[in-house]
Amino acid sequence: MSISQSQRQTSTSGDTKTPPSAPRSIFSKVTGGGLAHGLLTNKKALFGLTILFLFVVLAVLAPVLMPGNPSNFTADVSAAPSADHWLGTTAKGQDVLALTLWGSRSSLSVGFAVGLIATFIGCLVGIASAYFGKVTDELLSLLTNIFLLIPGLPLLVVLAAFLPPGPATVVIVLVITGWAGSARVLRSQALSIRGKDFLASAIVTGEKTWRIMFLEIMPNMASIVMSTLLGCIIYGIGAQAGLEFLGLGDTSSVSWGTNLYWANNDGAMMTGDWWVLIPSGLAIALIAFALAMINYAVDEVTNPRLRAEKKD
Amino acid sequence: MRFLLRRLGFYLIAFWACITLNFFLPRLMPGDPVSRMFAQVQTQMRPDQIAALRQLFGLTNKPLWQQYLDYIGNIFRGNMGISLSRFPTPVSSVISSEIGWTLLLGATSLIIAVVLGNLLGIIAAWRRGKFLDSVFPPLLVFVGSFPYFWLAMAALYLFGIVLGWFPLNHAFTDGVEPSFSFSYVADVANHLVLPALTIVLVSIGGWMLGMRNTMIATTAEDYITMARAKGLRSGRIMFHYAARNAMLPSITAFGMSLGFVVGGALLTETVFAYPGIGYQLLNSVQALDYPLTQGIFLTITTAVLAANFLVDIIYVRLDPRVRVS
Amino acid sequence: MSTILQGGPHAGPRAASNPVLSIKDLRVSYTTGLGTVNAVDGVSLDIGAGEIFGLAGESGCGKSTIANAVMRLLQAPAKITAGSIDLNQCNVLTLSDEELRRTRWRDMSMVFQSAMNAMNPVMTIGEQIMDVFTTHEKMPKKEARERAAHLLSLVDIKADRLKSYPHQLSGGMRQRVVIAIALALNPSLLIMDEPTTALDVVVQRDIMAQIKELQQSLGFSVLFITHDISLMVELSHRMAVMYAGRLVEVAPSNVLLDDPLHPYTTALMNAFPPLSGPRTELLGLPDAPPTSAGRPSGCSFHPRCPLAMDACRIQDPVLRPAAENHDAACLLVPEFVVPPERLAQ
Repeated sequence: MSISQSQRQTSTSGDTKTPPSAPRSIFSKVTGGGLAHGLLTNKKALFGLTILFLFVVLAVLAPVLMPGNPSNFTADVSAAPSADHWLGTTAKGQDVLALTLWGSRSSLSVGFAVGLIATFIGCLVGIASAYFGKVTDELLSLLTNIFLLIPGLPLLVVLAAFLPPGPATVVIVLVITGWAGSARVLRSQALSIRGKDFLASAIVTGEKTWRIMFLEIMPNMASIVMSTLLGCIIYGIGAQAGLEFLGLGDTSSVSWGTNLYWANNDGAMMTGDWWVLIPSGLAIALIAFALAMINYAVDEVTNPRLRAEKKD
Repeated sequence: MRFLLRRLGFYLIAFWACITLNFFLPRLMPGDPVSRMFAQVQTQMRPDQIAALRQLFGLTNKPLWQQYLDYIGNIFRGNMGISLSRFPTPVSSVISSEIGWTLLLGATSLIIAVVLGNLLGIIAAWRRGKFLDSVFPPLLVFVGSFPYFWLAMAALYLFGIVLGWFPLNHAFTDGVEPSFSFSYVADVANHLVLPALTIVLVSIGGWMLGMRNTMIATTAEDYITMARAKGLRSGRIMFHYAARNAMLPSITAFGMSLGFVVGGALLTETVFAYPGIGYQLLNSVQALDYPLTQGIFLTITTAVLAANFLVDIIYVRLDPRVRVS
Repeated sequence: MSTILQGGPHAGPRAASNPVLSIKDLRVSYTTGLGTVNAVDGVSLDIGAGEIFGLAGESGCGKSTIANAVMRLLQAPAKITAGSIDLNQCNVLTLSDEELRRTRWRDMSMVFQSAMNAMNPVMTIGEQIMDVFTTHEKMPKKEARERAAHLLSLVDIKADRLKSYPHQLSGGMRQRVVIAIALALNPSLLIMDEPTTALDVVVQRDIMAQIKELQQSLGFSVLFITHDISLMVELSHRMAVMYAGRLVEVAPSNVLLDDPLHPYTTALMNAFPPLSGPRTELLGLPDAPPTSAGRPSGCSFHPRCPLAMDACRIQDPVLRPAAENHDAACLLVPEFVVPPERLAQ
């Protein structure tokens, strides 16, 4: 990093005095083709995308790779990993590999559904807040901040306690607790775009409000929307697992969270069946780590100041 | 002052929103959860207690607005009803007997994670590209990717069951009388290690990375260059000039993170059967003890709101710029 | 020291012997992913005791890089690749970290461009003045506070302002505080990097007058950097014009004002505010595309020069005597040969 005067003038994003638009202006230039290119040449992004792709393929192919109901009991009970059962079996005799593969279907689909819906609501609220301003902004911001402040997991537990159990409930509950963070980030980003000239001209020419919101503002914050989406998916997968681990999700389904719930209930730790615990937990961690890596890569590509410094 | 008043107003609105949510949840939810609860408990209660419960959940003939006012009145008198699973103990007594453990666990792990994480972040930013900066962040992000409860189980399995270094559950050894003796405190500390370690492991990465990135942004500021030009010692520049400023976003993040810590404590307490209100919250849900569920939820939220207000007060002390504007 | 301002203590383009600051053939390069750029490309200059030396040029010409090189504040990717910087006959570039820390502010100090950004927003003015004393002179706090109050009085600010935070002061006041901090240890060299650019004209005048006054009473030397050539002519004894990393003209200020020799100097004086015409990417510094191919062949200025000849595209002029007390680097300016009878003297 250079300290030369000429450079310093353009790089004072840490100062609270600088308007949020200053460092963000980089984003609009890098979005689109630049972002995709940047991600495909970024090591972190490639690593994350590879893992993500692998998981999606395995989830899609689960019925082919492990046909039959994964919850079916076999004769082997609490068997350690072997040629018959690559990842061993549970105390009830279920094959752990089958449970993990099938579990990824529920975990990934719920995670992505929650991520997409929460980000969409976040976009809607954030952009509307920034676009309409005034009272609308005040009210939406207030709502956002309240939801941000209420502790998520306890709220999750309370909502899940009162709602009838089922997969839809899980998604709804996770969206309710997860949208606020993205709304806040997207609002501040949309605010900085709101002040740009091209938007003023769009308004003057009488473009429809929804067109301005989704075709003018949103494409200009693609990278932020993207990293928000990734964050929401991480949240969705993790929170679903947590909810199900507590026995508040859909315990009849097979997902990474319910796998761990049953493992804990069957006393897998006490009996030393570590192979029942590891796969689902590791799967959650790997997918979250992969998404986090993609997220950091998006940050690095769009914000050059965070890039690793080369030693000379 | 105006800043703090505004914040206080906001917290009061958030508090009101929470009470309202609590009020409407059992009344508007499909599937009639309250009837389920009544079917379970009706036999063991006196008529006046049933009447009180009916009032709490809106099974009276009073209009909704009056129920709402009654409800708020009750909350402000500290009357959150009677616990069904621990009948006939009032909800407030159940909570007050257990909140201490959650506070102990939450505060211990939060302080360790924040102090250690921020310190690591400062050093990583100051010695950019060196060992600490290149090894720790990805490692901690990876560890932080594991679910709280899974790390808790792993810690329990490894250090509790396999190695036998730490106790497996509860906050102190069964049968030990609580006292201010050294052996009791040591026993409590021993039981605290694994649950706290779990929370610290999951949350420390976020603190370190956050601090590292703000520190890097801060070290590019003119006042850091000027401090170097002034010939100050690097320790003073690092802490008084860079960290003092880089800390400010961290403090805001601290308030926001309290909710996560509460959630983490809930999961961790469940794994270790740690007798805090997080564990109790889950038990109450499973026992259909709605008064207790709601009471705990309200208590947790209130605590988080109050802590956030405290954070705001500290922020005002540390950033002179907010004081005027 | 009160007679300094009448024409300056040194008449020639070179300072007297025993200069306070002596820069010889300084080269600074920036290495980025796009290549290496020579931000400062062989600059030599001397500043004598009690002299105010002005360095003028457009933004990006490398003048701030020189200031930061002298203070040794350059950070990667900027690197000093050649040359020497002597402060009071002591090479700054070879000092150890600890020696450098002690030298900074005691022997040389700097007034930064934007006082708002140069002050720590969460520390009071007083703390930021006092830590200079407590660090360099191991002074007890009470005494440091008295010294700080005295320092503020030098720039006409009341002592009760010590408790203020930077954001509570006006822009002019902040800049005066930064100047006061710079003078805290009575340094022999004060570097001022565009000290008044962020201020309005009236405040600017006030502050320049104050600096002049302080310089007369305290006698420090000044390296004054600005793109505002009219301001510089008023303040400095001698000045240099910089273009694309090199000095293109050096002379006493009044000489330069009356009789500029280099076409760039003329353009800079006539066309202030900034040069009109095509702004090509020949500045070759971080805020322009940093490519080593950015420097034109021959004279760097020829693509923008109204008087460019064919030879300018090929031949790279060096800085050489163009008249008595006057150096310039332009092919149009014939070399000045010292009359033999004067050599004999």
